[in-house]
Amino acid sequence: MKKLNSIIQKLGSNRLAWSMFALAAILLFNLIVYPEFFKITILDGHLYGSLVDIFRNGAPLMVLAIGMTLVVATGGVDLSVGPVIAVTGAVATSLIGLEYGSTNTPLFLAVALALGVAALCGFWNGILVSRIGIQPIVATLILYVAGRGVAQMITNGKIMRIFYEPYFVFGSGYFLSLPVSLYIVLLVYIVAWLFTRRTSFGLYVESIGINSEASRFTGINEKNVKLLAYTLCGLCAGIAGIIISSNVKSADGNNAGLWYELDAILSVALGGTSLSGGRFSFAGSIIGALIIQSLTTTIYSTGVPPQVIMLVKALVVFLVSLLQSENFRKMIGSLLNSRKGAIQ
Amino acid sequence: MVNDRVLLQMSNISKMFPGVKALSNVDFDLRAGEIHALMGENGAGKSTLIKVITGVDKPELGEITLEGNIIHPASPRDAQKLGISTVFQEVNLCPNLSVAENISIGHETIRYGFINSSDAKAKAKQLLKQLDVDIDVTRTLADYSVSIQQMVAIARALNIDKTKVLILDEPTSSLDAYEVRKLFDVMLKLKKNGIGIIFITHFIDQVYEVADRITVLRQGKLIGTYETNTLPRLKLVYSMIGKELENLDSLSKMKGELTKRTEVEPFMQVKALGSKGSIQPFDLEINKGEVLGFGGLLGSGRSEAAHLIFGVDIPDSGTLTVNKKEYRHLSPLKSILNGIGLCPEDRKTEGIISDLTVRENIVIALQVGQGWFQYIPMKKQYEIADKFIQSLNINTPSPDQLIKNLSGGNQQKVILARWLATHVKFLILDEPTRGIDIGTKAEIQKMVISLAEEGKAIVFISSELDEVVRCSNRMMIMRDHQKVAELEGDKVNLEEVMQIIAGRSELEKA
Amino acid sequence: MRAASPLRLIRKYLSIIATILLFVLAFVAASLKYKGFGTLQVFFNMLIDNSFIIISAVGVTFVIISGNIDLSMGAMIAFTSMLAAALTENLHVNPLLTIAIVIAVGALIGTALGAIITFFKVPPFIATLAGMFMARGLCFLISIEAISINDPFFRAVSLYRIHLFGKAFISINVVIMLVVVLAAIYLAHFTRFGRTVYAIGGNEQSAMLMGLPVNRTKVLVYTLNGICSAVAGITYAFYMLSGYGLNANGFELDIISSVVIGGTPLSGGSGYLVGTVFGVLIQGIIQNVIAFNGTLNSWWTRIIVGLLTLMFIVMQRAFSAIKRKGSTSTFEMKSE
Repeated sequence: MKKLNSIIQKLGSNRLAWSMFALAAILLFNLIVYPEFFKITILDGHLYGSLVDIFRNGAPLMVLAIGMTLVVATGGVDLSVGPVIAVTGAVATSLIGLEYGSTNTPLFLAVALALGVAALCGFWNGILVSRIGIQPIVATLILYVAGRGVAQMITNGKIMRIFYEPYFVFGSGYFLSLPVSLYIVLLVYIVAWLFTRRTSFGLYVESIGINSEASRFTGINEKNVKLLAYTLCGLCAGIAGIIISSNVKSADGNNAGLWYELDAILSVALGGTSLSGGRFSFAGSIIGALIIQSLTTTIYSTGVPPQVIMLVKALVVFLVSLLQSENFRKMIGSLLNSRKGAIQ
Repeated sequence: MVNDRVLLQMSNISKMFPGVKALSNVDFDLRAGEIHALMGENGAGKSTLIKVITGVDKPELGEITLEGNIIHPASPRDAQKLGISTVFQEVNLCPNLSVAENISIGHETIRYGFINSSDAKAKAKQLLKQLDVDIDVTRTLADYSVSIQQMVAIARALNIDKTKVLILDEPTSSLDAYEVRKLFDVMLKLKKNGIGIIFITHFIDQVYEVADRITVLRQGKLIGTYETNTLPRLKLVYSMIGKELENLDSLSKMKGELTKRTEVEPFMQVKALGSKGSIQPFDLEINKGEVLGFGGLLGSGRSEAAHLIFGVDIPDSGTLTVNKKEYRHLSPLKSILNGIGLCPEDRKTEGIISDLTVRENIVIALQVGQGWFQYIPMKKQYEIADKFIQSLNINTPSPDQLIKNLSGGNQQKVILARWLATHVKFLILDEPTRGIDIGTKAEIQKMVISLAEEGKAIVFISSELDEVVRCSNRMMIMRDHQKVAELEGDKVNLEEVMQIIAGRSELEKA
Repeated sequence: MRAASPLRLIRKYLSIIATILLFVLAFVAASLKYKGFGTLQVFFNMLIDNSFIIISAVGVTFVIISGNIDLSMGAMIAFTSMLAAALTENLHVNPLLTIAIVIAVGALIGTALGAIITFFKVPPFIATLAGMFMARGLCFLISIEAISINDPFFRAVSLYRIHLFGKAFISINVVIMLVVVLAAIYLAHFTRFGRTVYAIGGNEQSAMLMGLPVNRTKVLVYTLNGICSAVAGITYAFYMLSGYGLNANGFELDIISSVVIGGTPLSGGSGYLVGTVFGVLIQGIIQNVIAFNGTLNSWWTRIIVGLLTLMFIVMQRAFSAIKRKGSTSTFEMKSE
C-alpha cells in the first residue's frame, strides 16, 4: 500500500515517464489486439502502415505542440492556433493561385509570406498579453473569434483547391522513404531546442512561469520573453498550417485546424509541462501529441465511432489534471493510508 | 473593566511551515473585557497565531479553548460562527462591492426572499457613525482611501452581533491620529461590554495607551506576557528585538578594524529619492567597503527604500548617481549592469525560483547581465555553482537539486551566491537572516563583514536591531516612512538606535 | 441618505450604457439603411433566434463574475438537446419528464466540474475544456446521426406564437429566456448567493477571510451554469426540433465574447445580466445586417465580433487603470 502511494506520488512528479508509459500502453494494446497495426509495407520506396500514419498525421500537432509548450511554460495559453492554421493555409493558397500546375508566387516566397503572417498573428497575441496586460485566454480569444473570419475573407468563403504539385511536398511528400512532414517536425524540434537551451531564452521562460515576481528581481525582461514566446507559437501554428493545407491540397477557412488548439494544449499537458507554467519539455509535448494521434488511430481501428474519441480525450484530460493536482494526490494518499490503518 | 475571567485560552501551540517553525509551544490567553496587545517584530509569529485562532492555518500541536470549550476553527467562517471576529492585516475586503455591502455581506437581513438593502445601508451608516466616519455607503469601496477602507473593515467586524473575541491586526497602520482616537473609543466601549480584544500594532505608544496586557513573541517563541503598567517601554523594545548570546566576539573585532578605515570612496549617491505613499524623499551616500545598516521597526520603510534604490519600484522624485552617471531611476537590469544586487526580504516570492535547480538559481542574474545570446556554457555553470556551494558552504546534495528542497538558510545562501556570481560592487541584503537557524545566521553575518572588507558596498537590513548594530559601520534610521537619523562610528549602538526608534512617542508627547 | 450624483451613476454603469447605446445606434442605423429592418418583428426575431444563447450566456455571466471561466457551453447545449431528442424519440419518455431529466443531468455535470475546479484546484479553463470534450463525446455516444424530434409536445411548443402589439410575435423560447434572465437578476442582486459571487470575483482571498462560504458558492456557480446550459439545450431543441452532435459548434467563445461586449470584465467582480442580453443581441444585429445586405459575407460577423471584443476589453482595461489611479491619489492626499 505504501509502495502504491509512493508510486502515485512519483507519477505525479515525474510526468515525462508517465507519458512514455501511456504511449507504450496504447501501442501495447494495439500489438495485442491488432497485430497488423505494426505492419509496415514498402510501396514505391515509401513506408506505409499505421505507425507511419501516426507520425504523418500527427506532424502538424507535434509542431503545434512545440509552439504551445513555450506559451504554456510562461504561464499562458494560446487559444488562437486553430484559426492561425486556417489563415496560414489561406494566405499560402491564395498566393499560389488556382491555376493547374503553376504558381503566381514563387513557392519559397509564398510559404515565407504565409509563415510571416502566422508569426504576425502570434506577435499580435504577444502584444496584447505582454504590453496591454490582457489575460492570455482573453487576449487570444480575440484572434480565435476573428481569425476564421479573416481566413474566410481571404478564401472568399470557399474551400480553395490547390493544383500546384510542388506545394504538396510538405504534407504528402516523401524523402528517403519517410514522409517529409516528419523531417519538418525534426527540424522544428532541433531549432526550438537549440534556441531555448543554447541561449538563455529557455531559462527565462521557465523562470517567469515558475515565479514571475522573483524573475523581475533578477532583471529578466518578462514582456519581451512573453512577446517572443507568443510570436514563436504563431510561427509554429503557421508551419502546421502549411503542412495541413499541403496535405489536403486545399485551404478551408472554416474547418482547417478545427479543435487543434485543444489538442495542442492537451499534448503539452500530457507531455508533463504544468499548465500553470514553469519547467517545459519539447520532447514531452511531442510524445503527448503522439499519444493523442495514436489514440485516434486506435479508435479508428476498433470501429468505435471516431467522434467518441472526444470522450476518451476528456477522460484523459481529467486524469492528467487530477494527477497534477496536489490536493487530489494528497486525498488519494490519505485514503490509501487510512485503508492501511484499517487493515492493521 | 478587566475581570479575570479567561475567555480564550491557547496552550502549547506549534505551527510548522516548510523549513521554518513559525510557532513553537506558544501559550496565550485572553480575558473577557481586556485589550491584549500582541507584539513582536516581523516573523515573530503574530500573524501565524492570528491565523491559527481564525482557522486559516491549522496548528500541528496545541489546544484552543473558548469559554472553556475546546474549539477547532477550520475557516474564518467557522471562527465567526464561534464569535471570533477579525480585522486582518491590510484591508481584506472586496474592492468591487459598495461600502454597505462590504459591511453587511454574509449577515444581511432577508425579507420575502430579498436582501433588505435599505436595512444594510442604515446599519452600515450607523456603525460607521460610531467611528465618526460619514461617507456615502452606496459607493464602491475602491473609491475610498485606504484609511476609510480600514475603518470600513473595522465597522464590518463590529457588525457581527455575538462577537466575544475581536482581533485587530495592525488596524491603525493607515489611520491618522484622529481616526486612531475614534477607534480607541470604540475599543474601550467594547471592552466595557465584556468583549476581549487582541490588538496587534507596531506603534508602541498606542499599546501603552489602550492595552491592559502585552504578550511579546520573538521568532515563533513566547517571550512573555506582562501587565502594561509594569513594563517599561525600553524593556518592551528590547524584548521584541532580543539579544542573542552567540559567539560573535570575532565579529565585533572585525567590525572594529573595518571602522578604522579612513578613506571612504563613494559608490552611489542618492538624492531626494522618494515615492508618494511609500517613502518620503531621502538622501543617502553609499560607500565602498562599508556596511550601511537600515534600522527601524516593521513598516518603517526599510524595504521600500531598498526597492527604490535597486529599481524594482520606480521612484517619483530624486536621482541616483552611480559610476558617474545620473539616473532618474534604475531597473533590475540596469542595476545588474552597474554591479548592484538585491537579496529581497521575501525569500519565497521575490527570491527563489522554486522549481529551478540550485545551479540555475545561482547563474540566472549573471546570465541576465550577459544578455540573451551569450549563454553561459553548461560546464561554466557547474563551475560557478560548485565554487559558491563550496565557498558559501551551501548544504545541497548536488547543484542539480531543486532549490525548493533546500532549507531556508541554504536558500538564502543561494540567493547570496546569485549576486556574488555577478561580481556585485554593491549588495543590498534585506532581512538575509530571517527564519534561519542561529549557526547559519552567524555565518551570514560574518560574510557580510568580509564582503565589505573586500571593498564591496553593503546595505544591511534586519528586524533584529542588535544584528544590524553589530555589523554596520553606519546606520540610517527610519520611522513612519521617512529617514529620521543617520548614525556613524560610536553612535552606532543599540542604546542610541532604540532611543531614536522608541523616541517618537516622547517627542510627540512633548 | 445622500442622493448619488448622476455623473457617478453614469461612471458606474458606463460599460453597460455603452453596450445598450451601441445596440440602439446599430439598430437605428440599420433601420435607416435597410428597408424593413426597423420593425418590431425584426427585433423579436433577434430574441427568438438568440434566446438559447442568452440563457447559456446568463449562466456563464455568473461564472465570469466569480472570476472563473467556462468553455463547455456549446458542447453542453449540443449534448443536452441531443439527450432531450434521444429521450423523447428513442425511449419515448414523457416530454415533461424528459425536460426534468435533462435539467438534472445539466446540474449534475455542472456540479461535478465545479467540484473538480474548487476542491482539486484544477484550472477552470482546463476542467471545462475537458467538460467540452466529454459533452461532445457523449453526443456521439448517443448517436452519430442527427435525431429529429417529432414529439407532439415539442412540436407544439416550437411552433407556438405569442402575438404582441398587433401582428408581431415571439416564441415560447423568448418567454423562457425572459424568465431565466429575471430569475438570474434576482439571484445576482437580491440574494446572499449573488453577493458572494461578486465578492469572490472581487477578491477570493478576502472573501474567505470575511467568512463567506467561498467553496460552496464556487461549486454552486457551476451548478447554476450547468442548469442554464441544460435549459439552453432544451430551448435549442424547441428551436431546431432536432439534436445533433455537431450543433452549436464554437458557441463557447461566441458566448464569452457576448458577455464581454455586455460589459462584464473577464477579470471578474462586476458585470450585469442586462448587459449580457444586449451583448448577445449586438451579435444578433450584425448577423441580421449581413442577412439584409445580401452582398456582405458571413465571415464579417466573426471579424466584427472579434474587433468589438477587443474594443470592449481595451476599454475595460483603460477604465480599471483610471480607477486605480483615482484611488491611489486619494491615498496620497491622505498620507500627505
